[in-house]
Amino acid sequence: MTVWDSGRIARASRLQAGARYAKGKHVARKDATALLEAVIQPGDRVCIEGDNQKQADMLAAALAAADSGKLHDLHMVQSGVVLPEHLDIFERGIARRLDYAFSGPQSQRIARLLFGGKIELGAVHTYLELFARYFIDLTPQVALIAAVSADREGNLYTGPNTEDTPAIVEATAFKDGIVIAQVNEVVDKLPRIDIPSDWVNYVIESDKPFYVEPLFTRDPAAITETQILTAMLAIKGIYAPYGVQRLNHGIGFNTAAIELLLPTYGERLGLKGKVASYWALNPHPTLIPAIESGWVKQIHSFGSEVGMDDYIRARSDVYFTGPDGSLRSNRAFSQVAGLYACDMFIGSTLQIDLQGNSSTVTTDRVAGFGGAPNMGSDARGRRHPSEPWLRAGKEADPDSPALMRRGRKLVVQIGETFGDKNVPLFVEHLDAIELARKLDLDLAPVMVYGDDVTHIVTEEGIANLLLCRDNDEREQAIRGVAGYTAIGRARDAKMVQRLRERGVIRRPEDLGIDPLDADRRMLAASSIKDLVRWSGGLYAPPSRFRNW
Amino acid sequence: MEKLTYRHVAALRAKGTRDQAIVGVVASGNLEVLVERGLPDGECEVEIRTPVEGFGDVWSAVVVDFVGRSSPGGLKLSINDGGARPDMVALRLAQAVRAIEGERS
Amino acid sequence: MSSPSWFEASARQRVKEMLDQDSFVEFIGPEQRETSPHLSLFDLPEQFDDGMIVGRGLLDGKPVFIAAQEGRFMGGAFGEVHGAKLTGLLRAARDVGSIPVVILFDTGGVRLQEANAGELAIAEIMRAVVEARLAGVPVVGLVGGRAGCYGGGGLTAGSCSALAVSEQGRISVSGPEVIETNRGVEEFDSKDRALVWRTMGGKQRYLIGGADVFADDTVASFRDAARYVIEHAAALDLDTLQAEQVRLEQRIERFGACADAIDIWRSMGAADPQSLPGMAFEDFVALADGLKETRHVAR
Repeated sequence: MTVWDSGRIARASRLQAGARYAKGKHVARKDATALLEAVIQPGDRVCIEGDNQKQADMLAAALAAADSGKLHDLHMVQSGVVLPEHLDIFERGIARRLDYAFSGPQSQRIARLLFGGKIELGAVHTYLELFARYFIDLTPQVALIAAVSADREGNLYTGPNTEDTPAIVEATAFKDGIVIAQVNEVVDKLPRIDIPSDWVNYVIESDKPFYVEPLFTRDPAAITETQILTAMLAIKGIYAPYGVQRLNHGIGFNTAAIELLLPTYGERLGLKGKVASYWALNPHPTLIPAIESGWVKQIHSFGSEVGMDDYIRARSDVYFTGPDGSLRSNRAFSQVAGLYACDMFIGSTLQIDLQGNSSTVTTDRVAGFGGAPNMGSDARGRRHPSEPWLRAGKEADPDSPALMRRGRKLVVQIGETFGDKNVPLFVEHLDAIELARKLDLDLAPVMVYGDDVTHIVTEEGIANLLLCRDNDEREQAIRGVAGYTAIGRARDAKMVQRLRERGVIRRPEDLGIDPLDADRRMLAASSIKDLVRWSGGLYAPPSRFRNW
Repeated sequence: MEKLTYRHVAALRAKGTRDQAIVGVVASGNLEVLVERGLPDGECEVEIRTPVEGFGDVWSAVVVDFVGRSSPGGLKLSINDGGARPDMVALRLAQAVRAIEGERS
Repeated sequence: MSSPSWFEASARQRVKEMLDQDSFVEFIGPEQRETSPHLSLFDLPEQFDDGMIVGRGLLDGKPVFIAAQEGRFMGGAFGEVHGAKLTGLLRAARDVGSIPVVILFDTGGVRLQEANAGELAIAEIMRAVVEARLAGVPVVGLVGGRAGCYGGGGLTAGSCSALAVSEQGRISVSGPEVIETNRGVEEFDSKDRALVWRTMGGKQRYLIGGADVFADDTVASFRDAARYVIEHAAALDLDTLQAEQVRLEQRIERFGACADAIDIWRSMGAADPQSLPGMAFEDFVALADGLKETRHVAR
């Protein structure tokens, strides 16, 4: 006879195996590894919560300490491969297969383990794709998540850094999986319930709060004049003419400069209220001056940011907060918002090729994608119109009848022509291609495909790729803003001049940008301390960003 | 220390009436540009002293573009380089011409 | 926009913007290319003004001599030409006898590459400061730049009639790295930026009487501070020196046992000394004026 509830039966037996370590749902920290060895089975799909911000670090360490005789051949499905333990699990033979989205500091070690055959790679995803696959073909049998606090029944408060938790728990708990939460503390009464207790199987009080990386904190003191110039170009040459109201920013210094120029340069251009009102964005400290100056109407966040919690609490008109007053972030929803409800993504990258493809991987680093490819892509399923979307669509396709013309999301790559250590931003071929060959991947890890990119901004000017009519024009438009890199110097000067006359390339002088304005004193805040001051003392930066 | 000198024909005489201006500072990744009048209206000279040797072709390209994009006729620009990237050099040259033009029109 | 940041400004911007509009006249400007005779020997780039700008101008309609160090060029360090320009300015002030001197310090001390010339320059500058002050000329210092005011700059600042400092400004003779190198990281961790600032930074210097006015980090605030310290500059005479000696002895007596600036502030009566470094300008000034001893005005 066919069994239709084998998953439920399996879950019951896992729970039974774990029961000896639990009092109700609560398990002692010292039994964490034993619990995992009891409820996880060899070959399971396991998700350790962790992205570019929060980390279920205690549970990651507990799994890495497991006996590889008992636990082996696991298939890790997780947003981030960020902690050393995430890779120890592979090195120790506990896990074999990996599907993930982001890796920052571990990108070199991942590459080594991939080359060494210790990791069998499924695919590198965007966050949203990986969440989607949790519901289709990568559903976890066991999820190890992180919350701020739990009550006696096992309800969870995930708080400002809720991030990926709802997506992971939804997929696991409702498909017969086991959810194990590490919490900073167990309390009698939670500030609010983010995850109800009947979706949670075990709760372990950690010896220290789960780790959160202040990834979105950019010190204004490190912003250069050329970055300010690129920011002025973006504001005057893209934000203003398209009237971009709904947007997402990357985490680089160029976009931090834009945020800090809105209340100064943007104000001077009379753009307040006309651009940059609605955001899918983490709580960037560098946006505080714009918020305080009344530029920002609303922000939905993927996660929180270290030190911003009190500020957010005091600005509930701007941020999404719970009845308790603290931020509620949600990566999956914010990624959807970035894809469908934003008219622009602007961010920086490490390499751009002659077709406009961009990538952040190099031959010895497999950095993953995070959310950028999702933000930085045209949403083909979008159906609602907006000014910037329609205008971009018209520029790309002036001849189609308006009623049948697709709009376009503005996907802007911004950066200086030379990056860190004088490495050129523009290259003939992406390192990603060589990496794909070396690892025998089906796809090169391209961050943003050239056909999604609409503009490239460097200190030399803006290339509007929507206005390019063929590949030649596209290539010369890119070369025309590639400065004194080898790519830039190999431009066809006459063709670049023609593109400039047509407005495909626009230089600072074409936009009436005074180079003398490219001055750090144009920034609304020039230090972290200034940001604290703007926030009225509500922003509490982590100590590594303080000098007081 | 490498010394490079470039002389170009300039299409237009630089605007404004100031005799000289100076922008930037000699620091790592930075440079100063002293700009002075005194050359014939159709000429422009750029003199560079840089501790980073062997990049004459890049300097030359930056200067050619600068002369083409700005109108530095009659100007002599003297650069003390602290090892700036070409993007910074281009910005400083543009700033120098703006500075000798005087206040925003 | 409010008045621009002093810390972020270049030496030229500070001079131009703190003086009355278009009143600055530079002596030995960059076009004269009086550069260092030493740096080329080390294959180091020169700066046309050698990092020192000197001249005259008007402050609220009244003439001043002014000197400014560019803290980003070689850390604002003193070399032969750099120092000679300041010495010359001070001697001119001495000879004129009626025009005050404002020095915009921004320096890590003496340039290693021209150490002897630089050390000599410091000696000449200090003598020139004293001679100018004896001639009745106020010599005041403003400290709020990136490089702080260290080494010979700290000594020269100590010779001035009065000083104004901002939170960002640091005043000391030995810099953090020098102390750490000589006395060990246990004595002073130069990478602990909070420690550096609460030990040598503007707030601490103001509280213990090392500076006379606390300025906000704006050109306008430093301009106001300069006017004030010029007006209130102490004469250089025996009474002043004796009063200063007494003040310093009392300071050692009161705070000599303190291991950290926090202890000093606590013993001064600050209710929550930990909060001082984070305090906003107005709040700090209000608190400091309650705490600060009145005896500090002697110099």
